[in-house]
Amino acid sequence: MARRVAIDPVSRVEGHGKVTLLVDDDHHITEARLHIVEFRGFEKFIQGRPYWELPLVVQRLCGICPVSHHLAAAKAIDQIAGVDQLTEPALALRKLMHFAQVLQSHALHFFHLASPDLLFGFDSDVAKRNIVAVIRHHQTLALQGVRIRKFGQQVIEAISGKRIHGIAAVPGGMNQPLTADKITPFKQQVTDIITWCDETVQTVRDLFQANRDFHENFGTAPAAFLSLVGPQDQLELYDGEIKVIDANGQLLHRQPCDQYHHLLQEQVKSWSYMKFPFLSDLTPDTGWYRVGPLARLNTCSHIDTPKAEQRRQEYQALLGKTVQAPLAYHWSRMIEALHCAEAIAVLLDDPALLSDDLVNQGNKRREGIGIIEAPRGTLIHHYRINEQDQVTMANLIVSTTNNNQAMNESIRRVANDHLNGRELTPELLNLVEVAIRAYDPCLSCATHAAGKMPLQLELMGTDGARLGSLTRHSDGSIQHAD
Amino acid sequence: MSDQPQFQLDGQPIPFQPGDTIMQAAHRAGVYIPHLCFHPQFRPHGSCRLCVVNMQGKTVSACTQPASIDLEVHSETTELRQSRLRLIQLLFAEGNHFCPSCETSGNCQLQALAYDLGMTHYHYDPFYPTRIPDGSHPELFIDRDRCIQCDLCGRASEQADHKAIYLLAGRGQHTHVAFRSDDGELGSTQAQAEDRASHVCPVGCILPKSGNYPDIAGARLYDQIPIHAQGNHRRDDGGTHDD
Repeated sequence: MARRVAIDPVSRVEGHGKVTLLVDDDHHITEARLHIVEFRGFEKFIQGRPYWELPLVVQRLCGICPVSHHLAAAKAIDQIAGVDQLTEPALALRKLMHFAQVLQSHALHFFHLASPDLLFGFDSDVAKRNIVAVIRHHQTLALQGVRIRKFGQQVIEAISGKRIHGIAAVPGGMNQPLTADKITPFKQQVTDIITWCDETVQTVRDLFQANRDFHENFGTAPAAFLSLVGPQDQLELYDGEIKVIDANGQLLHRQPCDQYHHLLQEQVKSWSYMKFPFLSDLTPDTGWYRVGPLARLNTCSHIDTPKAEQRRQEYQALLGKTVQAPLAYHWSRMIEALHCAEAIAVLLDDPALLSDDLVNQGNKRREGIGIIEAPRGTLIHHYRINEQDQVTMANLIVSTTNNNQAMNESIRRVANDHLNGRELTPELLNLVEVAIRAYDPCLSCATHAAGKMPLQLELMGTDGARLGSLTRHSDGSIQHAD
Repeated sequence: MSDQPQFQLDGQPIPFQPGDTIMQAAHRAGVYIPHLCFHPQFRPHGSCRLCVVNMQGKTVSACTQPASIDLEVHSETTELRQSRLRLIQLLFAEGNHFCPSCETSGNCQLQALAYDLGMTHYHYDPFYPTRIPDGSHPELFIDRDRCIQCDLCGRASEQADHKAIYLLAGRGQHTHVAFRSDDGELGSTQAQAEDRASHVCPVGCILPKSGNYPDIAGARLYDQIPIHAQGNHRRDDGGTHDD
C-alpha cells in the first residue's frame, strides 16, 4: 500500500514548514512536498495603500532580510516615480545597505543555523547540534560569526536608523546621507570582517572536501539556475539583468528585469501557499530552477572583488563550472559574504556617502518592477498603481518561492537515498531537514509566517489516513505516535 | 511678584490672561497637558477629551474651561492617566492604525501618547472599519483609516486658510473627514499642499504625496524624547514650539 510521510515542522530554517513524502509500494519516494501552510496575504492587503509606503510595508515580510524587501520595493517605486537612474550618493547608500544585509544574513545562516550540522556532523546528537555547542567547542568561529553579523546590522542601522525595519529608501532615492562619524568605526572594523569571512570560506571548503562524495551527492538534483548578473556577467546583487542557465551551464535566457513576467510563470498547488515558479518556455515539471548563492556563482563569470574572486576560482576548480550540490550552497554563501565585506570596504571610502544629493525626480508611471538578489536568491516585486497613487496590483516572488520545487527535488533525492524500508527514523527526519536548510529557506518570506521550529514526520496512506508520526520537539526530544 | 492672576496646576502656579482657558494658560507657561484636538492657533474643539483635568472636584476639558483665579487644577493624577489611556485605546480600536509602516510614526501624537501612557494593547476589540482613502488630489493623500476626528484640518482650513474645505461628516462611528466639493473628493477642491490644513494633522491622515519619510528611524520628534517631555512642541511646526 502506498503511503505518505510528513515532517512537521521543519527546524532551524526561517519560519515553519512541513514535509510530506509520498511513498509507493516499492518504498520509492514518488513525490516530496514542502508544505507551506500559513498565509499572510501581503499581496492583497497592500492594495489601496499609497505607493511610497511600499518599502516600509513590505519589509515587514521578514525580520532577517527586510532590507532586501525594502530595496526591491524601492526599485519598483523608483520606476513609478519616473526615476530610472539614482543619484550616485543614493545608489552608493543603497548598495552599502544591501551588502550589509546580505553579509549579516549569510552570517546568521552559516554560523547560527548551518554550522552545527557541518561542524558536528549531520548524524550527531541533535540536542548538542546547535549554536550553543558551536560557541562551546568552536569559540573563535562562533564569536567571529556573531561579530560579522553585528557589523552588517550596524551598517544597516547607521543608514536607516534601525537594524531591522529601518527607514531609508524613498521614491527616487534615499532620505538621509551618512555622516563621517558614523563611517569611521566601520572602517576600523572592516579589515577584520574580511579576514574572518575569508577564513570561514576556508573552513567551509575544508569541511566540504573532507567528505567530498557525500557533500556532492547529498540531495543533488540537477536543475537550471537563475540570477541577476552585471553587464560583464559579474556577480551582481543590487541590479542587473536576469540570466538563466541550464543544468549544464548553457545560457538559456538573458533579459532585462522588466521582462521577468515573460520569462516566468507561477503554478499553484492545493497543498501549499507557496507558488511554483517555472520558466515559461518549459513546463512546470521541467522548467523549475534554483536561485541563491549557488545559482549566482554558477551564472556569473567573475566577482569584482579580489579575495572573493580568488575563492570563486578555487571553488570552481574543485567543483566544476556548474555546481549542482545543494550542500555547496554553504560554500558559495560564504564566498558571497566575503564579497560583501570587500564591497563594503570599498564603499566606505566613497565620499558620495556623505552627499545630500539623494533624490531624483521624474514623470510618474503606473507600474514598477524591482528585482534584487536577496541573500536567499532572486527577489521580485511588481506593482501597479491607479491614478490616485494607490496600489492596485502586487506580485511578490520571493527567493524561497523560486527554490520551491528545487527543495522538493532535493528532499526526494535524500529520502530515496536514505529511507530504510518503511520505517520513519530520526536519522531520515534529520537528513531531510539538512537538505532543506542548505537552501536557507525563509518560509516566513515565502508564505509568510513566523514561529518556533520543531519538526514532525508523518506517515500517511494515499487515502489520507495517518499511519504514523515522528515528532522532534524544539528541545531535541523525539516523540513517536501512531 | 507679578500681579497677574494665577491658578494652581498640579501644585504649580500658572499665570493667565483674561479670556484664557486652562490649556492656553498652561501652554503659555510651558506646562504640558496631554491633548490631541487642541492647537494654540485655532479655536478649541473639546472633542478628544485627552485634556480633561480635575478642577476642584469637577472634571472639565482644559481646552474649553476658562481659567480663573485661585483654581486648583489637577492633571497628572493616576485616575486621569488611566482615563487618558482608555481614551487612546478607544481611538486605536475605532480606526485602523498600523504604526510600523505609517510615515507619521515617530512624529504622531496619538502614538506618542500611547507610549507615554503605557499602552501595551488595544484593550477594546478593534472595529476594523472600512474607510475609503482619497488620493484624488495631486499633492495630498487622505488616509481616513488614521483619522481621529479632531477637526484640526477643518479649523485650520476655515480659520487659517479661509477655504473651509475640510469637515467632519456622518454620525457616531461613521463620522469621517469629508471635503466641500461637488463630487466629495479632495482633488476637486482648492486645497493646496502649502495650506495650513495640509500640515496640522496630529496623526497620519493628511499626507503629502512627495517628500515622504524624510527621517531615518531614531531622528523623529518622539523617537528619543517622549511627548510629555517634548511638551508643546509639534511636528507641524518643525518640532518647534507651536505658538
